[in-house]
Amino acid sequence: MSADPKVFLMGEEVGEYQGAYKISKGLLEKYGPDRVVDTPITEAGFTGIGVGAAYYGLRPVIEFMTFNFSMQAIDHIINSAAKSNYMSAGQISVPIVFRGPNGAAAGVGAQHSQCYAAWYASCPGLKVLVPYSSEDARGLLKAAIRDPDPVVFLENELLYGESFPVSAETLDSSFCLPIGKAKIEREGKDVTITAFSKMVGYALQAADILAKEGISAEVINLRSIRPLDRSTINASVRKTNRLITVEEGFPQHGIGAEICASVLEDSFEYLDAPVERIAGADVPMPYAANLERISVPQVEDILQLTKVGRRLICKKTNEAE
Amino acid sequence: MAIWLSRSRKIAHFLNPKIAYFLQPEDFSYKIHVNYVNSSSFRTLSGENFRSPHAFLDNSATVSALQRRCRRPESTRAGEQVETRYSDDDYEDENQAMDFPGGRVSFTHEMKFISEAADKRIPCYRVLSDDGYLIAGSRFEQVDKETAVKMYKSMVTLQIMDNIFYEAQRQGRISFYLTSTGEEAINIAAAAALTSDDVILPQYREPGILLWRGFTLQEFANQCFGNNADYGKGKQMPIHYGSNKHNFFTISSPIATQLPQAAGVAYSLKMDKKEACVVAFTGDGGTKQFRSDGVVVKGQAYGIRSIRVDGNDALAVYSTIRAAREMVIHEQKPVLVEALSYRVGHHSTSDDSTKYRPVDEIEHWKTARSPLARFRKWVHKNGWWTDDEESELRGSIRKQLLNAIQVAEKTEKPQLAEMFSDVYDNLPSNLHEQEKSLRETIKRHRQDYPTDVPL
Repeated sequence: MSADPKVFLMGEEVGEYQGAYKISKGLLEKYGPDRVVDTPITEAGFTGIGVGAAYYGLRPVIEFMTFNFSMQAIDHIINSAAKSNYMSAGQISVPIVFRGPNGAAAGVGAQHSQCYAAWYASCPGLKVLVPYSSEDARGLLKAAIRDPDPVVFLENELLYGESFPVSAETLDSSFCLPIGKAKIEREGKDVTITAFSKMVGYALQAADILAKEGISAEVINLRSIRPLDRSTINASVRKTNRLITVEEGFPQHGIGAEICASVLEDSFEYLDAPVERIAGADVPMPYAANLERISVPQVEDILQLTKVGRRLICKKTNEAE
Repeated sequence: MAIWLSRSRKIAHFLNPKIAYFLQPEDFSYKIHVNYVNSSSFRTLSGENFRSPHAFLDNSATVSALQRRCRRPESTRAGEQVETRYSDDDYEDENQAMDFPGGRVSFTHEMKFISEAADKRIPCYRVLSDDGYLIAGSRFEQVDKETAVKMYKSMVTLQIMDNIFYEAQRQGRISFYLTSTGEEAINIAAAAALTSDDVILPQYREPGILLWRGFTLQEFANQCFGNNADYGKGKQMPIHYGSNKHNFFTISSPIATQLPQAAGVAYSLKMDKKEACVVAFTGDGGTKQFRSDGVVVKGQAYGIRSIRVDGNDALAVYSTIRAAREMVIHEQKPVLVEALSYRVGHHSTSDDSTKYRPVDEIEHWKTARSPLARFRKWVHKNGWWTDDEESELRGSIRKQLLNAIQVAEKTEKPQLAEMFSDVYDNLPSNLHEQEKSLRETIKRHRQDYPTDVPL
């Protein structure tokens, strides 16, 4: 916002309330109501306004209080923002960012817990970014705002409260990350684990435990779901020969499905075992804390699957019967 | 058909005394040369309930009270702004009113439901009778000969273009078409009343605006045929015109999405500080699905000034849009214009409207209520147009169109690379690979590849 006067933030509670999750704290005071705009409760309304503003040269950042609410505005995101550059043959560009928390939080129920990564990542014309660490958040958000294409920026409510060590380079005002590059958070040689958002933390925890048992896991923080960094993923799989994908969202047509397809297409001969997908349970998120816990992947699930694999689990179940 | 005009209205806009310019009934002529025909009452134009908010500016107590409360969220300040329109005289007795956040509301001991329908429908502003005579007592903005003739010729061109392209679709030469038949006055008069700096967010039945602004018949044909001269590079079906240089946003099929987007465009325009406005168009499909007195009554429901005008009266539409544009630019507020008209043609070439409406109704509006006939009579009476010019024009337009179609049909399609361009600002690697892969497939099956799509 300080670098470009055309950038402005718009959404529910972003101004006077300092942000529903305090992400925009202090911005209203610093930049004024012209650039930090509180909206009524109408996603279809303010998303449409944002898209129109982007059509005519401004660079809006539209905040959804959660991406569950983005469904109220999804026609503007998909049919207008994503497709306008193509359908106008380049006459209308849409340099807009849609951001907000995505996926499960804690005890918010089915209509406030869905992960939208797969939905938005399937649409050509959009870019979809998912930060994990503070470095990701800073670097990717800046890249998103500077990008001339519409970007969906999926944050995570629980990660807002987590601290990460950052380098001096990250804190520099010019720091920016490239879009479309995954980060190898931890190098390994026995198995590749891909993850994004909160699941990166879980994968890293699992990797620590696995290391003690002699299994060296390579953890890839995807950072960019669309475009997906297929080359980093495939290079890793060619090195380790095994792949586990981890995501919070529903399993069918999820991110893991796309990664699996990509690896099968490009690195089939390198696989020593079938690709394993870990995803959220195929149910609307239950509210009860104990049920919620088992509906979302946990570190134990990653450990279990890495060591044992789905087929072996099934075999054991069959034997038990 | 309704037209939204929005200069820009920030969602939470605290009224800035510096830019406030309130319209008094007597002030209507402040920028427009108004033609009086036997004087008239102005009330029909501004609406009976429009009160002067001068009390707001003069009442320093009100102003400072608002300033004191500037920590409150913007939305409640917008409510106060509305409240000060109403006279403070009504609220002397504390027991008669209560302060709610957002304003004062007086009480009543009568349980009275507001009727779902007003006693009278909102009247419709018109200037020309069906016979093309100026109605006594009309106030309207005078149109000079040059503008009037250009308007009429454009309406004729639009009508003939529609007929010929529709036929072309029926002949299988283009895949789709939809006409603006019956709505020519709305298209052309609105376009004439605006400037080329005003940004248009169309629905899809407003090609007349492009026509007015200089889009050629060849350019229309190119888009319908999706050839390599089409500004849309063949990426959309026919009639989805778009042109940045004409300030006409590319047509997008979903209905009414352009309405909130227009507010966003206006917000951006406001930051440019241009003497221009945004005009978004939509029809019944976008608005009138309700059992109300049309769309004009929704204006007050949204706090938006509104007017109902006869959409088949080119002079009335012209005057209304001119006035609305001035209001919007100088007051920085949206205005809603409901232009009543009738869609004479089918919805599109995919529709047979005789299935849901009587044929004689269509005929009636096509002939007796034709906007072209009505305007022609007025232009004719002024001595500005002759029958000879009429037949010459029609013949010439027809010839130009047939030629444009022939040329467009023969022109090559956009080259293969355009299939992958403009998805993003830069071509991503996966599309680069897909294009390569496609070209290899084409090499292997050259005989199956269409001849009019250059590689």
